[in-house]
Amino acid sequence: MTPSLRIAGLAFAYPDGYQALFGVNLEIAKGERVALLGPNGAGKTTLVLHMNGLLSGGVGTVEVAGLTVEKQNFPEIRRRVGVVFQDPDDQLFMPTVRDDVAFGPANMGLTGSDLAARVDEALEQVAMSEYADRPPHHLSFGQRRRVAVATVLAMHPEILVLDEPSSNLDPASRRELADILRGLDITLFMVTHDLPYALELCPRSVVLSEGVVVADGPTRDILLNDELMRANRLELPFGFDPRNVPA
Amino acid sequence: MPSPHTHGHDVGERLFVHRHSVIHRLPAEVKTVAMVAFIFTVIMTPPNQFWAFALYAVILVGVAGLARIPARVILPRMLVEVPFVFFALLMPFFGTGPTVEVLGLSLSQAGLLAGWGILIKGTLGVVSSILLAATTPARDLLMGLERLKVPELLVQIASFMLRYTHVVSDEMHRMKLARESRGFTATGIRSWPIIAQSGGALFIRSYERGERVHLAMLSRGYTGRLPQLVTVTTTAADWFTAMSLPAVGLIIALTAIWAGR
Ligand SMILES: Nc1ncnc2c1ncn2[C@@H]1O[C@H](COP(=O)(O)OP(=O)(O)OP(=O)(O)O)[C@@H](O)[C@H]1O
Ligand SMILES: [Mg+2]
Repeated sequence: MTPSLRIAGLAFAYPDGYQALFGVNLEIAKGERVALLGPNGAGKTTLVLHMNGLLSGGVGTVEVAGLTVEKQNFPEIRRRVGVVFQDPDDQLFMPTVRDDVAFGPANMGLTGSDLAARVDEALEQVAMSEYADRPPHHLSFGQRRRVAVATVLAMHPEILVLDEPSSNLDPASRRELADILRGLDITLFMVTHDLPYALELCPRSVVLSEGVVVADGPTRDILLNDELMRANRLELPFGFDPRNVPA
Repeated sequence: MPSPHTHGHDVGERLFVHRHSVIHRLPAEVKTVAMVAFIFTVIMTPPNQFWAFALYAVILVGVAGLARIPARVILPRMLVEVPFVFFALLMPFFGTGPTVEVLGLSLSQAGLLAGWGILIKGTLGVVSSILLAATTPARDLLMGLERLKVPELLVQIASFMLRYTHVVSDEMHRMKLARESRGFTATGIRSWPIIAQSGGALFIRSYERGERVHLAMLSRGYTGRLPQLVTVTTTAADWFTAMSLPAVGLIIALTAIWAGR
């Protein structure tokens, strides 16, 4: 089966000359849930921006379900890759939650009752239906994050990419989001600094450091590899022991 | 009477007054065309036909009544006209030709009439625009323009301005909070450099946020054209209702022109 995501030899330098990625290789099978770990400045967001062609021009290739990320494929690529940005305020800009969730599918050409059904379904998935007519900027942070997830779910993506989904959430919102993400039947790629969250949601983790993949394996093994963890500035929260978490 | 409330309190939507009326229900492009046509009939009316302007005013009051927009919403908004009023008031002093004595001042007759013309036509135009803005959400107005085949680029520029006023005012608010929570209060001239500096930072920050919003839009398949989320069906009856306004205006204007020959 074609993998949901295949990245081969991806290297990239920003226009100011700063090289952020040095040959990244990564393959994610359909339906897999993978966490991307790594210290600040490792190039995680840079990598995410390559997945739907928002950044390009380096060497190497990115393929989403067999389709190469390149200019003539952008409309289809952007349907297949749902990126949820770190700051929901960057993502939500329409006057109401409903309009915001409709934005993506409407760009794909959906109209009328098909569009309305998509919107309702996506809001249902993140348990935000009752907020459909509220302006996004009046919602709490956790609610906005959920709406941000809905805006991309509405496009029925092949792969859902989340940049630090648990940041700034209170423990209850964090758990609710985990429940929502676990309930989705979709390929998931999640950038996170929240290692327990990675362990909870993603059987597999990839560690990115200084623009290269330095580890790729079962999340539990990675979190238990002290040497690897220390070398990449990864630290478990105080008192957290992956061994105590049931598999 | 319920107090006017806005849905969403969006910066771009501050002018909109949420009501349920015939006027609110009319499609945006129909209202826009009717308003522009009405303003044209007002402009072509000779300034010395005072009765015509009285009729126009009555018509606009009627529209406001139908739309249930109270005077206390309209009057303060008319302040945007003030700079033009100054200009109109100067005309009688600088006009040429025969003069009249008013309170010991010698004023040009032609100037008086021209000044009055600017004042009344300007006022009627401003009130018409206020009514349009109060009965049509800004976003609908933009979509209306799109449906009227106004060049897409112009509509885009306007819609980005609308969206970015929101971005900028949000950012401004956050920076104000950040300043004040660190003990800054704007007092006197000594705080100006700080305000000016945050102005510069505001520009950069808004610009960068704008760029991130743009990236997020591209990720969701934005190709430079905002999708029409609601399919508006404009009926002949809508046009008929709306165009009755400029039609009456035209009759008044033509009568005034004929009378003023
Ligand atoms: N627009 C840019 N121009 C130049 N360099 C950039 C730009 N954006 C990011 N970088 C640099 O690229 C490197 C990788 O940045 P990136 O944002 O991908 O890191 P990250 O892994 O997402 O970090 P974090 O965990 O802090 O979000 C950093 O050293 C950063 O300074
Ligand atoms: Mg990042």
